Amino acid sequence: MTLTAKQSYTYADLSRLMGLMTGDEKHGPAATSTMDALWVLYDRVLRVTPERMGDPRRDRFLLSKGHGPMAYYAVLTAKGFLPAEWLPGFGSYDSPLGHHPDRVLVPGAEIGSGSLGHGLPIAVGTALGLRAQGLDEPRVWVLIGDAELDEGSNHEAIAFAGPAGLERLHTVVIDNSSASHARPGGIAARFEAAGWSAATVDGRDHEALYAAFTAPHPGRPRVVVAQVEPKDA
Amino acid sequence: MDTMRDRFAPVVSQLLDEDPRVAVVLAEIGKDGFAEAQRKHPDRVINVGIREQLLIGTGAGLALTGLRPVVHTFASFLVERPFEQVKLDLGHQDAGAVLVSAAASFDWPAGGFTHMAPGDVALLDTLDGWTVHVPGHPDEADTLLRHAVAAGDDKVYVRLSMQSNAQGLAVDGAHFLTVREGRAGVVAAVGPMLDAVLAATEGLDVTVLYATTVRPFDTASLRRASETAGADVVLVEPYLAGTSTAAAGDALADVPHRVLGLGVGRRELRRYGDIDEHVAAHGLDAGSLRKRIDGFLGERVQA
Repeated sequence: MTLTAKQSYTYADLSRLMGLMTGDEKHGPAATSTMDALWVLYDRVLRVTPERMGDPRRDRFLLSKGHGPMAYYAVLTAKGFLPAEWLPGFGSYDSPLGHHPDRVLVPGAEIGSGSLGHGLPIAVGTALGLRAQGLDEPRVWVLIGDAELDEGSNHEAIAFAGPAGLERLHTVVIDNSSASHARPGGIAARFEAAGWSAATVDGRDHEALYAAFTAPHPGRPRVVVAQVEPKDA
Repeated sequence: MDTMRDRFAPVVSQLLDEDPRVAVVLAEIGKDGFAEAQRKHPDRVINVGIREQLLIGTGAGLALTGLRPVVHTFASFLVERPFEQVKLDLGHQDAGAVLVSAAASFDWPAGGFTHMAPGDVALLDTLDGWTVHVPGHPDEADTLLRHAVAAGDDKVYVRLSMQSNAQGLAVDGAHFLTVREGRAGVVAAVGPMLDAVLAATEGLDVTVLYATTVRPFDTASLRRASETAGADVVLVEPYLAGTSTAAAGDALADVPHRVLGLGVGRRELRRYGDIDEHVAAHGLDAGSLRKRIDGFLGERVQA
């Protein structure tokens, strides 16, 4: 018997995979806030696999919130993009896995991120580029944090994408109440005012996330605000 | 005579017709020139509005899907305002684009310092892997724009200016040209500075090089020139003085050499007026250049 049989991971394995990076079974809020949304996306929504990374028709997932990427690396490992053997080296000189991801080093990562406010504008360009090439199937997803939303570059992208009718564009905002100045009227209202389709759901509820991620939104970009426990709680 | 900027939309519109990879990203500035191209290629001529961070991010996203984005606005808003996007969305993502600027160092002096960008090339110089074209004539701008778009997925900056030499030369998008040969020094003129440099060095025994592609810096041409003209080098650049002195120094690191960097001064003049007045204020008119070159090279330069 060979050892090539692919290990099959489930959601229950993510905590252990993250433990390989942190040496700890308990993980900080920054690390786990994105975990459920990422899992639902990669497990049930995104049409992307390690084998399809060179396929122009694959869905694109852009992790803009590059801080605390352990859940991202764990999900990429569970879905076969990364070998689990890489995880213990997290952040070390010889590891491709940094405390902020680098697309050049991390298989499956569409962008490098860490500096806040870059992912959504790049996602706008990605959606435009796919459209210009007649690639009508791929959907573009970008994940940002509620405090990251403070960056003006995101507001440039939000204000453009709505009127431009970028229906292939999807944003997930992980809201763990970390913005110092809460947005009057709530996060979804900011997007709705710019012409986006919006939903706000419990960011730990997989069925609610899935329903929000897959709801039709013809002619408009879509935002899903995934609320999780406050960062400082 | 038309201007370099007048060539931009026609040349790139033609490239849009010829190459389905080419896309244009604008932030209001220059959109009128692309009105017809936008009708023909609505998905590949994109105006994001007055949003310069989105301008660069959008170009990067287009590049990541395999397109060749040409991104344009005034230099201040293309390189300086969204500098971190240039650094990360293109450089760190390993994505390419052609950035084409207008307004240069002081193309609209009456507009004041907000629309001046003498530091653009020096700023790009902090990043790795950029090709920088500084045409000195509309015909050269035409040629270099085509080189830039054709350069695979490279990161290329094309700096268009209202300042121009009277005649265009046959530039190749890589090398310095030798315009005059002498034995007592090398004067390298960048882009629109050539005419003033030729007037300033009239009768001097110097080699005059003409540079329209300044990054990568043509080390071989400078070294070759110094073999007969000596390693006293004057650089005359239409942007921040000294931008290329380190590159020239590196080119001549193994031989004794002296380098004088002339260009736009760092101090903000807080003056309006016209281009010629600013050229003079920065000591870049032929008469001022002559004095500074004479002062640097000394008496032996007199032919």
